[in-house]
Amino acid sequence: MDVVKEVLAKHQKELEKYKPITVEKHLECRLDVGTLLITDPNDFDDRELRDNREEYLTALTRENTQLLLNAIWELPTERVDESIVAKLPEPTTVLPRLRKVPGPRPLTKWEKFAKEKGITKKKRDKKTYDETLDKWVPTYGFKHVEAEKSKDWVLEVPQNADPNTDMFQKKIDLRNEKVAKNEIQRMKNIVRARKVDMPRSGYLGPEAASSSQLLTAVTVAKSSTASVGKFQNKLPKEKEARGLGIKELIPGGKRKASHITSNEREANLDLIKSVLHKKPKLNVDKAISMQKEEDRLAREAEGGPVRKAKPKGKGSRKAVGKKPKGNHGQRAPAKKAQAGRKRR
Amino acid sequence: MSLLRIRKPKTRKGKKILMAREPQLIESARTMLFVDGRKCGGNVKQCMKDLNQLKKPLVKVLNRKNDITPFDDPSSLEFLTMKNDAALFVFGSTSKKRPDNIVLGRLFENEVLDMFELGIKRYQAISEFKNDKIGACVKPCLVFNGPQWAQTEELRRLRNLFIDTFHREKVESIRLQGVEHVMSFTVTDDMNILLRSYKILLKKSGQKTPRIELEEIGPSADFAIRRTKIASEDLYKQARKQPKQLKEGKKKNISTDALGNKKGRVHMGKQLTGSIQTRRVKALRKTPEEKKENRQKKKVALKTAAAEALAASQ
Repeated sequence: MDVVKEVLAKHQKELEKYKPITVEKHLECRLDVGTLLITDPNDFDDRELRDNREEYLTALTRENTQLLLNAIWELPTERVDESIVAKLPEPTTVLPRLRKVPGPRPLTKWEKFAKEKGITKKKRDKKTYDETLDKWVPTYGFKHVEAEKSKDWVLEVPQNADPNTDMFQKKIDLRNEKVAKNEIQRMKNIVRARKVDMPRSGYLGPEAASSSQLLTAVTVAKSSTASVGKFQNKLPKEKEARGLGIKELIPGGKRKASHITSNEREANLDLIKSVLHKKPKLNVDKAISMQKEEDRLAREAEGGPVRKAKPKGKGSRKAVGKKPKGNHGQRAPAKKAQAGRKRR
Repeated sequence: MSLLRIRKPKTRKGKKILMAREPQLIESARTMLFVDGRKCGGNVKQCMKDLNQLKKPLVKVLNRKNDITPFDDPSSLEFLTMKNDAALFVFGSTSKKRPDNIVLGRLFENEVLDMFELGIKRYQAISEFKNDKIGACVKPCLVFNGPQWAQTEELRRLRNLFIDTFHREKVESIRLQGVEHVMSFTVTDDMNILLRSYKILLKKSGQKTPRIELEEIGPSADFAIRRTKIASEDLYKQARKQPKQLKEGKKKNISTDALGNKKGRVHMGKQLTGSIQTRRVKALRKTPEEKKENRQKKKVALKTAAAEALAASQ
């Protein structure tokens, strides 16, 4: 037993050589080891704080830091590259964010509509069979355009169109138009998602308008007085409008093209030519019906069998609908009178 | 017209910058913007320099003088922070009315969330302390002394702002020898804030945990709180909202027993013992008699089926 006592006493003596690591506090300090933070709610010793402030502050901070470090040294540690690393717990202090938490992406107009109607995306096959080419061609994407080109190597000019129209160019234009429309719709979707109210046209407000638009707004506003802006003050660096007409006030708008061109003679000749050699437009349906009428008349003149025109299916209903009377009888919605003009 | 309603980025770089300005799930470390006021010199300049040194490399310094009064019109300050992608700002100015003035603030959604005007009463810069300095990028310990820190909403916000400013980054783990800097903030009864900064010296204590001693390294400052602007309760709550996706959900079927062993429960599908490929053993192979019997059975079954089919057709 003596040996144990001796060892314990020796250890105690050794400990006495060092200063203590324990700290006495009246109220418990709040620790947040995750952010290496300690908050000490204890009251100060007012006299000490007044008389020798620096020493008191240092001592106070030392005690609190000791408490914090005691907590850190308790944490589970591991060895990384010849240094001991303590794993910190999740911080309990919540700090504000710089921006909002991102929400779900707002639906586009089409997506919203499709959701309401229950339209789901259909998966298209990657390749479709083309009968004219007699082979499988990609439905979209890589080599789709190539296949399209080889298929449409010749294009028919419609009968009512100018025979010199470039149908290939027309096709390209049509496609470009579609792309532009899609782009506009995409932009509109973005605007809708950001929930910014913007006028569709006119003055766009200081955020959205470009400098030239603002300048235009200024010139228009200035010339809108009873004296057409004669007595308005000038702004620094302001550009004056060319004149007072609407086209002159708003720059950028195209001026009306002059009727005199360099090849006036040619243009006039073209005009005469187009009038004189006017091709009548061919209405196929009308032509067919006219031909039929002619044939029928010819047949009647010959005394052939005259086909009686069958009464049309819906025509028989005409008799069913009764003459409407005020305040009499029931309305029969099933026996509907013919729509359109009220018959009496 | 509708095309002009939003501006599209023209370059890839510009697009990247705009993307970075959108709300993000995990936000990057908060940088601090240093802005000078109309007049900014002496203690204010020195204080901002020291702050810069403490905050490096999460800083952005603007060197020109700016005609800004943050408490009257913070819009240009908001613009500057937005352009520089900063979350915190320090605005230093000195005037006859408010000598040695420092405005500390932070932003939420490109608007000032809260800001505090601190007047420097006494200042001792880092360079005035002639002793060993700490290394760069050290995460400091933060000590808040005094019962008043938790008493008023303003001081609670200021404490949060100080933590936001000095805690550097959120870290998973820390090197024990790397804990070498402590900053203490003391609020006195006359509402002065005493900022002190010390180097931690780890001494032997005869135990695992060391005994610590402190050595002042600066900066050391006494601040007086002047004007304040704090966010409304609603906005502050909204700003502190954390994304749901980052919260760790409860993990099912995992438990730890008393000894700290991790136990998991695994669900298996039904085993198809009939069709499992096992080792081929001669003993399990079918004998010729069995095979014959099987064939006979099949034949009988076929015949009966055919007879039934015939009967049904007639």
